[in-house]
Amino acid sequence: MSAPGPAIPFGRDGSSRFLPALTLLMVFLAGLALAAVMDLERALARWDQSLTGTLTVELPAATGATDKSLDAALAVLHDAPGIKSATAIDRDATAKLVEPWLGTALSPADLELPRLIDVRLDVSAHADLAALRAKLAAAAPGATLDDHQLWLDSFARFARSAEITAIAILVLIGGVAVMSVAFATRTGLAVHRDTIELLHLMGARDAYVARQFERQALRLALIGGVAGLVLAAAALLALSQAANAVSLLGDSVTLLPPLHLRGWNWAVLAVLPIVAGLVAMATARITVLATLRRLP
Amino acid sequence: MVRFENVGMRYGTGPEVLRDITLRLDAGSFHFLTGPSGAGKTSLLRLIALAERPSRGLASLFGEDLSRVTRADLAPLRRKIGIVFQDFRLIPHLSAFDNVALPLRVAGVAEAKLRDNVREILEWVGLADKLDAKPPTLSGGQQQRVAIARAVVARPKLLVADEPTGNVDDAMALRLMRLFEELNKLGTTLIVATHNAALARQFNRSVLHLEDGELQAAAAAWAAS
Ligand SMILES: Nc1ncnc2c1ncn2[C@@H]1O[C@H](COP(=O)(O)OP(=O)(O)O)[C@@H](O)[C@H]1O
Ligand SMILES: [Mg+2]
Repeated sequence: MSAPGPAIPFGRDGSSRFLPALTLLMVFLAGLALAAVMDLERALARWDQSLTGTLTVELPAATGATDKSLDAALAVLHDAPGIKSATAIDRDATAKLVEPWLGTALSPADLELPRLIDVRLDVSAHADLAALRAKLAAAAPGATLDDHQLWLDSFARFARSAEITAIAILVLIGGVAVMSVAFATRTGLAVHRDTIELLHLMGARDAYVARQFERQALRLALIGGVAGLVLAAAALLALSQAANAVSLLGDSVTLLPPLHLRGWNWAVLAVLPIVAGLVAMATARITVLATLRRLP
Repeated sequence: MVRFENVGMRYGTGPEVLRDITLRLDAGSFHFLTGPSGAGKTSLLRLIALAERPSRGLASLFGEDLSRVTRADLAPLRRKIGIVFQDFRLIPHLSAFDNVALPLRVAGVAEAKLRDNVREILEWVGLADKLDAKPPTLSGGQQQRVAIARAVVARPKLLVADEPTGNVDDAMALRLMRLFEELNKLGTTLIVATHNAALARQFNRSVLHLEDGELQAAAAAWAAS
């Protein structure tokens, strides 16, 4: 004889369709939310690294940014501690930066462009930016120092709130999943009341009945969970393809952080159906035991 | 084995369907339970089989006072009782083998150990060739024999049968009664409900007669039938 199947005829109740469909949706949504959290974490770390290492010094055109004040600013920068390099961006390169907005009709010479100095910091040395700012202002009047901190801060704030939203969505999905499994289990207990009475009269303990519901919940949640994972993976791959396409159009600079899930990110996502299965199993067990305990 | 004193029973908040039931089933005894439809035969058997709880009176089973038996204690007591239901209550998607194996699996008996036991019991009821058959493909008499096999596979001390001959022809009824007699000879205590008083008389056993929820004296029962 083959291994004994469940004594309770689960195949005949609605939960065998409802639970996999529900878990599919839950795992799909949880997969997207989790991918968003992991991608934001990664993007944040990357932005942090690439931006905190650079400064831009700007000499406004209005003050007649001469080569003299440029040289003075460069001298200050070269003397300052914690600075790896300071390179003046030449007029042509600066013009190229604004070309997308102004077109090529105007030659750089016609434009009163500010002069920019690209500064690389020695990240480990912690340059004193306040002192540097004061010295620059003295050496080259009107020079401003942009450490991108403002921009980074607002990006970080955005990323954090997006992350919190995604985590809240995950928690919400978990809560809805637990409630739905509990509801489906309670329905199952009512539908199969006669078979459960039969098992009890044979001498089955509540745990035996619970085990039947647990196995069924695990099986259905795994089926739906794996399907949901496959759909989520497909959606994430499609999204990252789309992001790549956008970044190809826009040269190397892109506003969209391209979705780049790494190996361990996928591993975390692959755990989702298992988590869904275990949550369904635990919920079914607790629901069955709590419901049966109230019987006379 | 079973002792009831002035036991009453009601379903939920309904009226008492059993009143002042006083009875004693000694170990190894064989009783018929007769009475018209609606008299309370099924209710009394459900009470004895621990499917219902008495609403009053003293009831003890295997020496245990039922008023002190908790929900957790029910399982081991129920494993000493076999039940044959009037409507069989076989599980339709399980084979005859798996239906009969269920009480053993519920009690945690290992697969290797229960296999021969289940085969032997199904052979005893004459269904050795129907191990893999699903109940809906079996005749009424065959289903009833699977149900009897399931009720006795765990060697219960007490067997409760509710109108086991109600849905089969006379020849099959006689055959089933012979199975019950065999079990009784092996020491099983039996109580068999039937509305067929002639069948009960034929076996010359103790008869408990129910009328409208009350047990009649044995002599009256004979007279009534
Ligand atoms: N589950 C139930 N709920 C409420 N009343 C019931 C239930 N089962 C039986 N009864 C009532 O109990 C009485 C006895 O029924 P039952 O024990 O089935 O008698 P019998 O088996 O002798 O025909 C009847 O009046 C019946 O309507
Ligand atoms: Mg009845």
